[in-house]
Amino acid sequence: MKLSLIHRSLLALALGAGLIGSTHAQTTLLNVSYDPTRELYHEYNAEFARYWKEKTGEDLTVRQSHGGSGKQARSVIDGLEGDVVTLALAYDIDAIAEKAGKLPADWQKRLPHNSAPYTSTIVFLVRKGNPKNIRDWEDLVKPGVEVITPNPKTSGGARWNYLAAWGYALKKSGGSEETARSYVTELLKHVPVLDPAARGATNSFVQRGLGDVLLAWENEAFLSVNELGPDKFEIVVPSVSILAEPPVAVVDAVTNKRGTGKTAQAYLEYLYSPVGQKLAAKHYYRPRKPELADPTHVARFPKVNFITIEDLGGWQAAQKKHFADGGVFDQIYAR
Amino acid sequence: MAAAKTFRVLPGFNITLGFTLAYLSLIVLIPLSAVFLKTTELGLDQFWNVVSAPRVVATYKLSFGLSLLAAAINTVFGLMLAWALVRYSFPGKRLVDALVDLPFALPTAVAGIALTALYAKNGWIGQYLDPLGIQVAFKPLGILVALVFIGLPFVVRTVQPILEDLDTELEEAATSLGARRWQIFRHVILPILLPALLTGFALAFARAVGEYGSVIFIAGNIPMVSEITPLMIITKLEQYDYAGATAIATVMLMLSFTLLLVINGLQAWTSKRTGRDR
Amino acid sequence: MAGASAFHLGGDHAHRFESRAATRETPLVKWLILGLSLTFFVIFLLMPLIAVFVEAFRKGWETYITALVEPDALSAIRLTLLAAVISVPLNLVFGVCAAWAIAKFEFRGKQFLITLIDLPFSVSPVIAGLVFVLLFGAQGWFGSWLSDKDIRIIFAVPGIVLATVFVTFPFIARELIPLMQAQGREEEEAAVVLGARGLQTFWYVTLPNIKWGLMYGVILCNARAMGEFGAVSVVSGHIRGQTNTLPLHVEILYNEYQFAAAFAAASVLAVLALVTLVIKTWVENRAAQSHKDANRDDAS
Repeated sequence: MKLSLIHRSLLALALGAGLIGSTHAQTTLLNVSYDPTRELYHEYNAEFARYWKEKTGEDLTVRQSHGGSGKQARSVIDGLEGDVVTLALAYDIDAIAEKAGKLPADWQKRLPHNSAPYTSTIVFLVRKGNPKNIRDWEDLVKPGVEVITPNPKTSGGARWNYLAAWGYALKKSGGSEETARSYVTELLKHVPVLDPAARGATNSFVQRGLGDVLLAWENEAFLSVNELGPDKFEIVVPSVSILAEPPVAVVDAVTNKRGTGKTAQAYLEYLYSPVGQKLAAKHYYRPRKPELADPTHVARFPKVNFITIEDLGGWQAAQKKHFADGGVFDQIYAR
Repeated sequence: MAAAKTFRVLPGFNITLGFTLAYLSLIVLIPLSAVFLKTTELGLDQFWNVVSAPRVVATYKLSFGLSLLAAAINTVFGLMLAWALVRYSFPGKRLVDALVDLPFALPTAVAGIALTALYAKNGWIGQYLDPLGIQVAFKPLGILVALVFIGLPFVVRTVQPILEDLDTELEEAATSLGARRWQIFRHVILPILLPALLTGFALAFARAVGEYGSVIFIAGNIPMVSEITPLMIITKLEQYDYAGATAIATVMLMLSFTLLLVINGLQAWTSKRTGRDR
Repeated sequence: MAGASAFHLGGDHAHRFESRAATRETPLVKWLILGLSLTFFVIFLLMPLIAVFVEAFRKGWETYITALVEPDALSAIRLTLLAAVISVPLNLVFGVCAAWAIAKFEFRGKQFLITLIDLPFSVSPVIAGLVFVLLFGAQGWFGSWLSDKDIRIIFAVPGIVLATVFVTFPFIARELIPLMQAQGREEEEAAVVLGARGLQTFWYVTLPNIKWGLMYGVILCNARAMGEFGAVSVVSGHIRGQTNTLPLHVEILYNEYQFAAAFAAASVLAVLALVTLVIKTWVENRAAQSHKDANRDDAS
């Protein structure tokens, strides 16, 4: 009995080795991405593989890995062989450059528009009919309003949420560091749950019926409304929000080793093509070149007054000030 | 016993112990030592700063407090359940007996999702609790529910065999001496069960402290309120702070080890007191 | 698993206790205990299980089946089985060796060794995953060596297997040690004195005595191996169709708003757990049976 078990395990090992080996047979790319891009890249990968086959005759499979943006960046640092990373914020790709040197520090200059082929923003998702009458940021801190947002320590989307709120309070008339801080402190008091990732927060709001308003990526909000019930939710666009730029980059260390540099580069560049821009708009990301996308898709995006991450000093400074251990976020909860 | 030390009839001591130690080192000890070594990158001061930060201390309180509470609940109800399984016949008993092991076998993530579905405001159980003002999911209470779930088999399974072995004569003798039922339980049965109960309690506790998968779905994860210690490790990792993560891991590891030593000590004590061969 | 030796010789004891006045409770107490313990059972065990299946079938059979025959789901099931098939035999061999050394011999530091064997059981799964990242990650001890040799451990199948082996490490050993200790060593010693060799002794004398306990250890080990989430999640890399195990697949589907599909995958794991429990009950019955037979043989 023992012998046969060992036998079986050897067999299984061989099988396993076969599994690993077989992936080298054709060209593959691994796209390491964050949570809300699942639907976009699911469709885009198929489109790009078709395009690539036509252009070069090569069979290409693009594999996907999804998770919280920070977690994904850490996986790449620890050796996950992603040929390209498509993450929620530049800070996470900076970390890959800085901690592991897998791509040059100036990676963001290598592709147009800060290496972000599409953008998004932060909006409010409220329950149908907007029972708490939430119109703008000030309404979030009214008594009795519960706000759902993920944990900015672990979620990229949550950092955009947090910074959008901070930026709003900072830029409004009479705003200062102090008013921004007291506004965000007040806002966090209205947050009953801090899910570790953006998708978890959406699930809490949509599935578990928790809270009155969800701070969400615009694309996530659209998706929730269209996938989970137009009769249940509405989107509210605040007077001011942040321009979220989810960047993309080739991970040079991986592509050099695997010899996939050209394919990876083409994969990302194709995001800027009419096909890529159309798909981005279809999946509720704001295309960088709206003229290339489907006008009916573009028409869905309301006009928003944007602040940018540069207005807040850039990612490195914002991260250090707000989200690092002992930063403003920790201080708010330490009280 | 001592004689065996000098004279061994049975073969295979060296090879089996050798293999045991080698495999143990390879799979458990060397990997775990990596945690300690990584921690040494921090100075003693820094280490202390990390593991005694208020937010981290709050997670210890929550994780350890709720684990203690969950283990206590499991001790009471686990004993009742074991008692019912051993002493009464009722329809569906076999099913109940078999399902007690479910938390061992059910993946923790599945348990977490299922419990959240039950106890959320719009869930099967949650919808009846909500009007009463009781919120379970996304509150510390939700963490407690998850910890009770995963720790449930331990007390039942440690107490059950002892209850089964109990001689009826003991209670009959006590009855004939005029003892009341409650007195018999209190002064005759409970002392016999106590070591097993303590072991079950300690095991449920040890398991609960480190639990992650099932808790993370149902906990609210609010700093200082509903964050568990394993989540702190993850949070540190997300900030690329490996040394900080391992510092907290070290604290948890040392605690696990101490706990297990206590449990094994308890067991040695059990076998001495009851004369059962362990 | 110290002492949670859940393996007990089944058989119904209720009759023994219910038939004697001295060991019977008043009906009121009895129904109170039964009521309370069964309510507890229903709320904490039965309801979550039922919830999994109800949610899985919410959108009907077709969605259920589709969710399971989808290529990513199949590959997740394959990987889960692979991890179990490798880790269970490894831990089985280890468990038998460790139990033999610990139960049949006296040596110093035994208690300490047992505690070390127990350790993975109470280590948080998060830490279990972390240690392999520290060892084999690109920034870890063996990171650069592995990457020079182009060997992938974490974010690939070997890492998942390693994490699974770690988490299920104590299960079989912990089941066997108390069992073999309880059986003492007289029988084996007699066999050896009569000229049997070591392996023969084990095969013909020890194994028949421990086979049911061994089986139970294997079953629990297997169940845990298939269900591990936390540790595997840290080392998996979450590559769809490649390094996702079934528990991770559940999480992914859940995050894609495919709730019915997520619970369908979860129900597969629940079914595996139930099958495990059925086998376990069967094993216990068999064990009780052979125990009874043995007793009868002794008596005659």
